[in-house]
Amino acid sequence: MIKARGLARRFATKSGPVDAVCGVDIDVTEGELVGFLGPNGAGKSTTLRMLTTLLQPTAGEAVIAGHDLLTDPAGVRRNIGYVGQKNGAGADQRVAEELEFQARFYGLSKHDARRKVADLLDRFDLQGLEKRGVITLSGGQQRRLDIAMGMLHDPRLLFLDEPSTALDPQSRRNLWDHVKQLKADGTTVFLTTHYLDEADFLSDRLLVIDHGSIVGEGSPDELKNNVSGDLVVLGTLQAALVAGKFENAVVEGEKVSFRIPNGDRALPGLLRDLDNLGVELHSVQVHRPTLDDVFLTMTGRSLREPANAF
Amino acid sequence: MLSKTLLRDTWLVFVRVMLPVLRNPVAIVFGLAQPLLYLGLFGPLLGDTGWQWFVPGLLVQMALFGTAYAGFSLLPEVRTGVMERLRVTPVSRIALLVGRVGKDVVLLVVQGLLIMLAAMLFGFRATPGEILLGLGLVALLGVAIGALSYAIALKVKLEYVFASVLSSTIVPVMLLSGVLLPMSNGPQWLYWLSRINPLAHVVDAERSIFNTGSILLGLTSASALVLVGVFYGVRTFHRESA
Repeated sequence: MIKARGLARRFATKSGPVDAVCGVDIDVTEGELVGFLGPNGAGKSTTLRMLTTLLQPTAGEAVIAGHDLLTDPAGVRRNIGYVGQKNGAGADQRVAEELEFQARFYGLSKHDARRKVADLLDRFDLQGLEKRGVITLSGGQQRRLDIAMGMLHDPRLLFLDEPSTALDPQSRRNLWDHVKQLKADGTTVFLTTHYLDEADFLSDRLLVIDHGSIVGEGSPDELKNNVSGDLVVLGTLQAALVAGKFENAVVEGEKVSFRIPNGDRALPGLLRDLDNLGVELHSVQVHRPTLDDVFLTMTGRSLREPANAF
Repeated sequence: MLSKTLLRDTWLVFVRVMLPVLRNPVAIVFGLAQPLLYLGLFGPLLGDTGWQWFVPGLLVQMALFGTAYAGFSLLPEVRTGVMERLRVTPVSRIALLVGRVGKDVVLLVVQGLLIMLAAMLFGFRATPGEILLGLGLVALLGVAIGALSYAIALKVKLEYVFASVLSSTIVPVMLLSGVLLPMSNGPQWLYWLSRINPLAHVVDAERSIFNTGSILLGLTSASALVLVGVFYGVRTFHRESA
C-alpha cells in the first residue's frame, strides 16, 4: 500500500539547509495499522505531508495506493484519505454541507455524496449535527468530522496526523475505537503520534523516527522485548542474596529489581530456582517496558523530555 | 485546460464559499456602507452635473476595495487545516482560486448594481446597456484584483503583514487613479504619474461608458491585469504548500 524509498526533504532556512527527513524507507502492506512514532520535530509530519502529495520530496520515490507519488499525484489523491493535525472543516460551514462538498470534490455525484454523508454521520456519531455550524462543535465532534471528511470516498489507505492531539481522555478513547473499527473494516491506516499509549494501543506495527531517520521498527511488543526486557521486582527479606543472582540488580530496602527478557515466561522457573535456594518472597511484580523505555534506549532521550519540544 | 471537471470543481468551490454569505447577508449590506457614504457625503460636493463623472469612478473604487481585501477570508482557512484538507482532494487547484474569486465578483456586481440604482435617485443617468457594460468592466477588474489578493495572502500568510501590504498599495493606486478628483486638474508630473497606473485607464473607460469616449485603453488595461492576476494566482495556488 505504501512503498517509499529514500524519501527526503530538505528545507532552506536562513541559517542554511535543514534536513527535516533524511531518506526514509517505508513499507506498509494492505490492512495494516502502522504507527509512526517520534518526538515533535522528528520529521513525522514532514514525511506524512510528502506521502500525501502536500509537499514535494527533495529526493526519493514512492508508490502510494498503486500510484506513483511523483508522476501521478492526482492518482494518489483519489485513493488516499488524509486527516491533518488541524481541523479541516471551515468555521463558517455547516456540518452536512461541508461533508457533501468534500465528497463532491472527490468526484462523487450529488446523490452518492448525500448517501455517503448520511452513512458517515451515522458511523462517526454525528447524527443530529447536520445543520450545526462547524464553529459550534466540540473538539471531539470536530475531530470525528475531520476523520469523516477523510473517509467520504472510501479510501483504502487513510493517513492520520496526530489524530488525538488536544482531545479530552474520553474523546480520545472514542476516537481510538473509531480508528480500530476502520482497520477492522479493511482500511489500511498510517498514523503519526507522539503519544506512547496511543501508538501502543492502536498499532500493529511501529516505525520510530528521530532526527529525520527511522531508528526502529516492529510491533509494540517486539520493540519492547528487543530493547530493555521486563522489569521484575521481588520483595524479600533476603534482598542481598537475591540481588547477587541477577545482573544489574538494584536493591532498595526489601525490594530487588532487575530486567530480564520475556519476564512473564521466565518468572515461574526463576521463582522455582529461588525456592530451591530457600529464598522466601513476600511479593512479586512484573512490569512490561513502556514505549517510553523503548524510545529512551533507541534514541538516548525520553519522548517526554521538554527539550524535545522543538 | 477548460475541462468539464474544472468547471464542476469551480462551481463547487464557488457555492461552498457563497453559502455562508447568503446565510448572513448582513455582510453584503455592510459592504455597501462605504460607497453609500461617498455617494451621500462626497458626491454632492461635485454639483448636479458631477454624478455622471463621479459614479463610474466610485464603481471602480468599489472593485478595488471590495476585492483587494478578499485574501483575508483565505487566511483562517490556511491557518486551520481547511486549505490543506482541500489540497489533498483531487479538486483542481485552479478551481480553488477561481471559485473564490467568483464569489467576490458576484458580490461586487450585485453591490455595484445597487449603488447605481441608488445614484439614480440623486440624478445619475444610465441605460440598461451602459449598466451592463459598466458592471462588466468592473467585474473584470474585480477578477484581477481578487486573484492577486488571494495569491498575496497565500504568500505572506500573516494577517498583519497582509494588512500592511494592502494599505501601502491600495491608497496610492486609488489616489493616482483619479476616482475622487480629475487627475488633469493637477500638475503635469502628477498627471503623468497617473498615466502609468493601469487603474486610471480603467476609471477613464468606466466614465466613457456612461458619457462619451473610447473604452479601448481601459478595457485593455483591465484585461492585462486579469491575465497577470490569474496567472500569478494560479501559479501561487499550485506551488504554495498551504
